[in-house]
Amino acid sequence: MNSLKKIFGGFAVAICFFMVASSAMAAKTSLTMGMVLEPTHLDPTAGAAASIDEVVYANIFEGLTRIDRWGVVRPALAKIWKISDDKKTYTFQLRKGVTFHDGAEFDADDVLFSLNRARGKDSTNAQKALFRPIAKVEKKGKYVVAVTLKQVTGSFLFNMGWGDAVMVDPASAGSNKSNPVGTGPFKFKRWVKGDRIEMVKNSNYWGKPVKLRKAVIKIIPDPAAATAALMAGDIDAFANFPAPEALSQLETNPRLKVVIGNTEGETILSTNNQRGPFKKLKVRQALAFAIDRQAIVDGAMFGYGKPIGTHFSPHHPAYVDLTKKFAYNPEKAKQLLAEAGYPNGFKAVIKLPPPSYARRGGEIVASQLRKVGIELEIIPVEWAQWIGDVFKKRDYDLTIVSHTEPMDIGIYARKDYYFAYDSPKFQALIKKLNMTVDRDARFKIMGEAQRLISDDCVNGFMFQLAKGGVWNKDIRGLWENSPIQANDLTEAYWVK
Amino acid sequence: MSVFFAKRVTALVITLMLTTVVIFLVLEILPGDPASLMLGINAEADTLAALRAELGLDRPVLVRYTSWVLDLLQGNLGTSLTYDVPVSELIIERIAISLPLALMAILLSTVIAIPMGIIAASNHNRPLDFFVMSFSQLGIAIPNFWFALLLIILFSIVLRWVPAGGFAGWDAGVGPALSSLFLPTIALALPQAAILARVTRSSLLEILKEDFIRTAHAKGVSRRRALWSHALRNALIPVVTIMGLQFSFLLAGAIIIENVFYLPGLGRLIFQAIAQRDLIVVKNLVLILAATVVLINFVVDILYAVIDPRLRGRDNG
Amino acid sequence: MVKRFKEIFQHGLKNRSFVIGGIITLLFFLIALLSYVWTPHAVENLSIVNKLRLPDSTYWLGTDHFGRDIFSMLIVGARNSVIVAFVAVGIGIGIGVPLGLVAAARKGWVDEIIMRFNDFTFAFPSLISAIMITAILGPGAVNSIIAIGIFNIPVFARVARGAALSIWKRDFILAARSAGKGSFKISLEHVLPNIFSMLIVQTTIQFALGILAEAGLSYLGLGTQPPAPSWGKMLNEAQTMLYLAPQLAIYPGVAIALTVLGLNLFGDGLRDALDPKLRRNR
Repeated sequence: MNSLKKIFGGFAVAICFFMVASSAMAAKTSLTMGMVLEPTHLDPTAGAAASIDEVVYANIFEGLTRIDRWGVVRPALAKIWKISDDKKTYTFQLRKGVTFHDGAEFDADDVLFSLNRARGKDSTNAQKALFRPIAKVEKKGKYVVAVTLKQVTGSFLFNMGWGDAVMVDPASAGSNKSNPVGTGPFKFKRWVKGDRIEMVKNSNYWGKPVKLRKAVIKIIPDPAAATAALMAGDIDAFANFPAPEALSQLETNPRLKVVIGNTEGETILSTNNQRGPFKKLKVRQALAFAIDRQAIVDGAMFGYGKPIGTHFSPHHPAYVDLTKKFAYNPEKAKQLLAEAGYPNGFKAVIKLPPPSYARRGGEIVASQLRKVGIELEIIPVEWAQWIGDVFKKRDYDLTIVSHTEPMDIGIYARKDYYFAYDSPKFQALIKKLNMTVDRDARFKIMGEAQRLISDDCVNGFMFQLAKGGVWNKDIRGLWENSPIQANDLTEAYWVK
Repeated sequence: MSVFFAKRVTALVITLMLTTVVIFLVLEILPGDPASLMLGINAEADTLAALRAELGLDRPVLVRYTSWVLDLLQGNLGTSLTYDVPVSELIIERIAISLPLALMAILLSTVIAIPMGIIAASNHNRPLDFFVMSFSQLGIAIPNFWFALLLIILFSIVLRWVPAGGFAGWDAGVGPALSSLFLPTIALALPQAAILARVTRSSLLEILKEDFIRTAHAKGVSRRRALWSHALRNALIPVVTIMGLQFSFLLAGAIIIENVFYLPGLGRLIFQAIAQRDLIVVKNLVLILAATVVLINFVVDILYAVIDPRLRGRDNG
Repeated sequence: MVKRFKEIFQHGLKNRSFVIGGIITLLFFLIALLSYVWTPHAVENLSIVNKLRLPDSTYWLGTDHFGRDIFSMLIVGARNSVIVAFVAVGIGIGIGVPLGLVAAARKGWVDEIIMRFNDFTFAFPSLISAIMITAILGPGAVNSIIAIGIFNIPVFARVARGAALSIWKRDFILAARSAGKGSFKISLEHVLPNIFSMLIVQTTIQFALGILAEAGLSYLGLGTQPPAPSWGKMLNEAQTMLYLAPQLAIYPGVAIALTVLGLNLFGDGLRDALDPKLRRNR
């Protein structure tokens, strides 16, 4: 009897030991990522909001190509491609054995459907411009598609890596807004409106399986709540943490680490080039001299962010540093204003959207401009109002916004864009850029473009938005930079 | 009695109708274009027009009003512009958070306030009374969002007992779900408790001075028994009335508290819907909430009249 | 009239709440007035290099994240709170009291309409109407005044009506009526002076509530706009910096709580001093 007890006891102890040991060994497989803005729906081909891509890009949906964490174009659903000699036809060899999350097979028909749907007349795709160069899309085989362009487009492969160009299945495309069905390594599980979006691992994925079994994107619009959630461990990661003032505090927390990276967000003091005093070059130059970029970065972003002198990412190899050209000089600004006919300054209105870089930045800019005689009335607006008043109706003098799309200097070639800059010289430059494929030649043109908009002082170029990522020290594989609007979780995993 | 009842019901109907008219009028001139918000900065003009037509934003005003009211009467609350799901679905999802929160807040405030009020009244003008009154004054004066902040610092960040906010979801288990409602409940309950304690105390004091209590004393009933069996029952009437009326303050408090703790409840829904210019959600949700407040007031009025016959016959607004 | 004031004052001085509340309230108003002529530093001066300083001889309570002097911001914030609460209560009294008096005087369908209007306005919690109003008109101090003011009207109407109704039953009113006086004159000459004390007390309560409401709206971003400082907005800004600089969250919160507390205490004490019957029941 006694020995039986001993054996039994020993067995029990061994089991306990084993359980404890294995639970300590087994790494976590679920990740909760925080996000500020909730998307209005989950179809990246039918809306421009970055928040949509930040949930589904690379996780649920994939395109012919994809953009990796370094901003480099990589094959995705297209295994390899051939470019014709006239550089106008791309022949894509698609991967075989790929299925959508609902079981449907992926083949050339889906590519045709997706691309034609995006560029069609009734398309609700927000980036139709990406597809405009396409002349025709042809099926050359079950897994071969040829896309012919109207003219040479240097950035075509990159464009096909955007979230707006992902591949969808005709059967499920209509319901992707609420039930996204893609080919990605994560499957959509459910969306609790206002709270979170849940994804689970796709066991039928064609490529390298993800290490996480479950991913939850939690919506936390309030910066204070975001800070509290991280500190309390309610969420494991926040890729784009909205409260730079809390980063130093979060760094001291032993569980967390702060990773500062780049984004493609040029944060600018957008100026209505067609309005009143801002029509004059000298006034816009005065604006450029009147703003102290570093002070704005320190005051609004607590030091995170890099001052820029033009609309281009400072971490891009083709960047030209023009910050010294209009270095902070309020005396010069006053002088220029006087020369322009405003010796006593003037009054203007600045409309600010919700993000803190705009609201805080706006207050600082207002105080800086006041010192040179320009009195600003600050009007905070919600995004809906900003899009309506500022962006569509152009009913504004000044505003502050961050343009986070990659390589978007081309917006200055659109003369009816909201800052109303019309320069035939610049438009010609951009046209040339689109036609150029050679890397060095492209870089040279990009340099010229940057110099031109800086000289014309189209907008007040303030700083490049930094990416403040905060996550648990035991997580690996999250993106350090934001070369494209995305929260790519495909390589994320816990070490313990 | 039936005359009184009929009068009250007509009043109810008129109030509700007036509410719909005002809500509709006010929101017709709301600036901002929902279609633009959904499609974003780079959308083309033709896509916007298509969406606007799809959503029926271009029909004449009177047509839109009547079809809205008719839909409401059939229980159809429309489809959210931003989320593209029925509004009733959104409300049900959110109510699963707001209702438990409201009920727990009412429960907590009652459990705290009424005993405190009783203690204060039975220790009139002595230290305990003073203590309760101070608590009450403080509770009314402290802004609830500030109190919420202090609670977060103490319980979530320093002690790490409960989450800082967000809702774990009922399927995560009753325990985690309730623990995410713990701090919000306290933050919501505090000002209510402060007011309730005060009202309980003064109402009880009123009654204690009344004749029928003295009669009870004369009959030999002990002071304590007098307090509990006679006074309390009568004193509770105005207290219950106040509790009913507190509902609209609870609602206002809930909007702020749900924002501080990022709870996806009805209060947050209104705030977000207005920011997103989701006219349909705003219209219907505000109406539902306003109608609920009106209905609760109506019920309280009726109950009050039923309990105290002295009040029927004249309008004791 | 003066004699009555003196009498009330003397009664009041014996009352703890009256004294403490009165002092706090007086301080609050004086400080708010002071801000018009002097603040230690100009609140529009942003000075990023001086941000988040601890209290010292130049910045008595330190500076905020923009380098602004907190003490100056609190004083000017007091002024903004006073203005908003004052005008909002004014709207409530100006429209609500006449409505209540008319309802009590006329009874009948006039009374019904006014009561329905009351019920209806009560159905809209002030925060929701404030959010809707600011969504339409845009955020700002003026619009928050309108939003808070609208919600004050039914409160004063209800109080005025209730108090007036009980006055109307009194003998001396009947006497005036049989003497042929019209209801308008009666309301003005007899009813109003007799409900005065109730109105005053309600005013202090609504003033305190107005300050809380303004703080709440500013906290949500719907009230006083930058660069004008407001207590609620200061709290909202402080929330993200709870770890860097917790003192930023303490000062405005204490300011709000103290002011509201003072007003409420004062109102309580005033009520006791004004009505001998109530005094006994304190």
